[in-house]
Amino acid sequence: MSSQKLVISPAPHVHGSNDTRRMMADVLIALAPALVVSCLAHGWRALLVVAFSVVCCVVFEWAVQKFLLRGPLTIGNLSAVVTGVLLAFNLPANIPLGLVAIGCAVAIVVAKMTYGGLGKNLFNPALVGRVFLLIAFPVAMTSFPEIVGAVSGATPLAMAKEALKAGVPVSEVMQSVDLGDMSLGMKNGSLGEISVVALLVGFVWLLVRRVISWHIPVVVLGTMALFSTIMWGVNPDAYMSPLFHLLSGGAVLGAVFMATDYVTSPMTTKGMVIYAVGIGFITMLIRLWGPYPEGMSFAILIMNSVVPLIDKYVRPKRFGVVKSKK
Amino acid sequence: MGTLVSTILVVSLLGGLLALLLYVVAKKFHVEEDARIDEVEKKLPGANCGGCGFAGCRAMAEALVKEDDISTLYCPVGGGECMKLIATYLGKAAAEREPQVAVVRCSGSCANRPRVNTYDGAGSCAVAAALYAGQTGCSFGCIGLGDCTLKCDFGAIRMNPETGLPEVDDEKCTACGACVKACPKMIIELRKKAPKGRKIYVSCVNKDKGAVARKACKVACIGCGKCAKVCAHDAITVVNNLAYIDSTKCKMCRKCVAECPTGAIIEVGFPVRKPAAESAPKAEAPKVEVKVEAPKAVEEVKPNETANKE
Amino acid sequence: MKTFPIGGIHPSDNKQYSKEAAIERFPIPQVVTIPLAQHIGAPAVACVAKGDKVLAGQVIATAGGFVSSAIHSSVSGTVTAVDMKADAQGNMKPCVTIAVEGDEWVEGVDLSTTLVKNITLSGKEIVAKVAEMGIVGMGGATFPTHVKLSIPDGKKAECLIINAVECEPYLTADYRVMMEKGGELLTGARLLAKAIGVDQIYVGIENNKPDAIKALQVLAGSYLGIEIVPLKMRYPQGGEKQLIAAITGRQVPSGGLPIDVGAVVQNVGTALAVYEAVMKNKPLVERVVTVTGPKLARPKNLLVRIGTPMSALIDYCGGMDGVGKVVAGGPMMGRAVSNVDAPVTKGTSGVLLIPTAESLRQKPDTCIRCAKCVEACPMGLEPYLLAKLSKKEMYDEAEKHYIADCIECGCCTYSCPAYLPLLDWLRIGKGEVMKAIRARATKK
Repeated sequence: MSSQKLVISPAPHVHGSNDTRRMMADVLIALAPALVVSCLAHGWRALLVVAFSVVCCVVFEWAVQKFLLRGPLTIGNLSAVVTGVLLAFNLPANIPLGLVAIGCAVAIVVAKMTYGGLGKNLFNPALVGRVFLLIAFPVAMTSFPEIVGAVSGATPLAMAKEALKAGVPVSEVMQSVDLGDMSLGMKNGSLGEISVVALLVGFVWLLVRRVISWHIPVVVLGTMALFSTIMWGVNPDAYMSPLFHLLSGGAVLGAVFMATDYVTSPMTTKGMVIYAVGIGFITMLIRLWGPYPEGMSFAILIMNSVVPLIDKYVRPKRFGVVKSKK
Repeated sequence: MGTLVSTILVVSLLGGLLALLLYVVAKKFHVEEDARIDEVEKKLPGANCGGCGFAGCRAMAEALVKEDDISTLYCPVGGGECMKLIATYLGKAAAEREPQVAVVRCSGSCANRPRVNTYDGAGSCAVAAALYAGQTGCSFGCIGLGDCTLKCDFGAIRMNPETGLPEVDDEKCTACGACVKACPKMIIELRKKAPKGRKIYVSCVNKDKGAVARKACKVACIGCGKCAKVCAHDAITVVNNLAYIDSTKCKMCRKCVAECPTGAIIEVGFPVRKPAAESAPKAEAPKVEVKVEAPKAVEEVKPNETANKE
Repeated sequence: MKTFPIGGIHPSDNKQYSKEAAIERFPIPQVVTIPLAQHIGAPAVACVAKGDKVLAGQVIATAGGFVSSAIHSSVSGTVTAVDMKADAQGNMKPCVTIAVEGDEWVEGVDLSTTLVKNITLSGKEIVAKVAEMGIVGMGGATFPTHVKLSIPDGKKAECLIINAVECEPYLTADYRVMMEKGGELLTGARLLAKAIGVDQIYVGIENNKPDAIKALQVLAGSYLGIEIVPLKMRYPQGGEKQLIAAITGRQVPSGGLPIDVGAVVQNVGTALAVYEAVMKNKPLVERVVTVTGPKLARPKNLLVRIGTPMSALIDYCGGMDGVGKVVAGGPMMGRAVSNVDAPVTKGTSGVLLIPTAESLRQKPDTCIRCAKCVEACPMGLEPYLLAKLSKKEMYDEAEKHYIADCIECGCCTYSCPAYLPLLDWLRIGKGEVMKAIRARATKK
């Protein structure tokens, strides 16, 4: 026998390219185009908010691991960075930095680390942070900076909602919005949600790198489109068109980046579809009849809470198992 | 004022209704149970360790009340006294058993038994044992990943990081047998407890031929049979190149210990020998001393550490 | 192009190292150690003793039951020991050790290379011959072939599937057999088909071996009922259940056997061994072994006598320099070797040498519920859940989630981004559940 000690481990002896860190890095890369557009629209302030949010999240996670949980440090897997970026993407670019820090603390300390850290949290941390800020600081969270050339005032969704409530017909509301501008980024809104095109570029990257499957984003947007088409068909004067709903607010950002969060989404394809339908449905309920103009965050959080149930009852399609008829 | 009254009314009504509901449900699903089960359960130690063979103390109590003959039911944690107490209460004959203690029959420390390969799988003896013989040349000895320590409900067995072997704290050990079941190599044995914590046992389970066993480990039993010859009490048998001392027959005379050429037979808790006997050539048999002092002396191996290795 | 329905992964096949190396006869070593348990089932019973003279091809151990296999001497010489020797995993196993003297064969063995295509024996005679010659499944599972060919009462075979997928990365032994011994292989397939009484034969080959597909398609023209089925490359296509599903579209029911859907699957190496056993009267005493690795100087496909130490093959192909791990078989399902002096057995399809840098696993992180394992599992199981249940010893719960269907292909561990040893735990759980299932069966 040779003198060197051989390594013995159970099969398999090779590993694929999947790696938590690599996948998180891919998510960051996928978020980059939207960040670039945001910087073009909002200037250096957007970058500052994102950077500050990332730093806060990483520092909080490090501190909790080091001083409270006393476990191995986990910031190396970049999940805190992703949370930081996603949280920032859900904030107005002109938000005071103090609020960002509070949001990060809620996201990381309350929503993630109290559950035991990465992989164990029930709710999407970035969204918990965002919703906390939205409820605690509604004014700061809904006064968006005006983008040059874009329609002034609130976000298209908020504006449409107000207008419809006031009895303005849809056709008039539509005159004040340009769907082309909305998809490129010329609209008011949270830092990361303004450019649908940039977000879709990120989606394609995630698909190519096999970080996520297409199911959740497509089904969420599909459900929203279907729902709004029906309502629009029923009364095109009182309800906005499906295209308007898909291009406005956080629809794409939520469907592609927030709803697909591994930890808080179901484990099976079937489960993902159920979960995604739920998100799309609840989003539209809130948008059309709820008190808030945008419902994506709430819809995702509500469906997050259903995930354990989905995982318990929805099983993957087994090989060679035919469902017995009862 | 009207609000106040209506609130009080509604809440009272609701409370009353729910109380009624609770009452009905409790009546409907009431299970008649032998009151003695509760009493017996109180008398059991309540460790829920499963050492008796039942899922927990409650299940054991039920069996004790139900069975007419309880001589086969025995709680190793509570021991003879506890069983006697319960038997008197129930008016049945108590099971009697000698008190036992878990003994790790392997001395293959890092020094005695050099590692010849590196294990890199999940940190579990069961996984490693299913995969291959082990990190050393000995395919019978301790794997050292600590499955036994994870299974002990009493904190009585810990890995010693220096030797890489588990050590039993006799004071804490209740002989529930969890570690015996957990060990895939079947190294741990429940042996009769002798006075003053004394023990004499063959600390090896290697069934290879002498030369092979010796090559793998300095303190292996090579099955030479010298100990069996010297034993005056017929307590030692040698089967498959391996000596075994029957703890029920052993009279603790210590003759075999001096005779063993490899130091595979270990004595614990005896006074120091006279110089003449001590000069007997022995390989570095690990000196296992009865730990009277707190087990803090042993560097604490958190179960988490092994578990986290996955 | 066909493939199996659920899960699967795409590991890089790494067959380039040894793909072009023609099968080479490995010199007979001075001593061979032939284990008596080279197959699944009861070990064989030695019928020679120390000091006996044996010839190559002579029976040295008889089958220890129906699910067992005879063992033949792979060399001529003197038996020097019948005792316990450490196997590749260091466990002591009964072995016959023979000191080699010359290379004399027992009478009646045809060592010529002429292709005999004419089948004269009946199906039953073929099965008997296969049992006599000690043929076992050579893909790695080493299930005695005659048992697989004996169709149980009440079941009917409808087709024979030749497993020419070789989906394990690195291995090229089957590929070389297809390229060099196509005629023998297809004749062997016809023999197997006759043994189980079917006409239809499918040969499943993945599309990463286009030249093998072409070569066999040309040869298949001169045989009746042989269809070469190209398959889309995906691991674990060579799993019996996956291969049947890929070719016939039928899924073996959970807990069932391939015969439940009328299929019998045999490996390329097995078909070749059957051909040699029936047509050439040659017992299974040698096999093709791929010796390969990313850093190995001379990767080869060697025709090796059973009982040759693996270390001899390794030295022949470039040695152990910089090797951190030796695997008997492929990287996905092969077993790590702790004792490289252990012999090549009937099931050793390859010896893979993994460089030190790649031999250690990455440190496991926590599960992030990414569902990559669920996506990858070809049996539609939930590895993350089963691993957790196994670890907590909740075996009843694991059984309800079909842990017994696990084929141990390794797709889950391969695709886990947190490097969790999912399969390590699953295997333990599956073992316990299988034990419980067997215990219940015997109780009834």
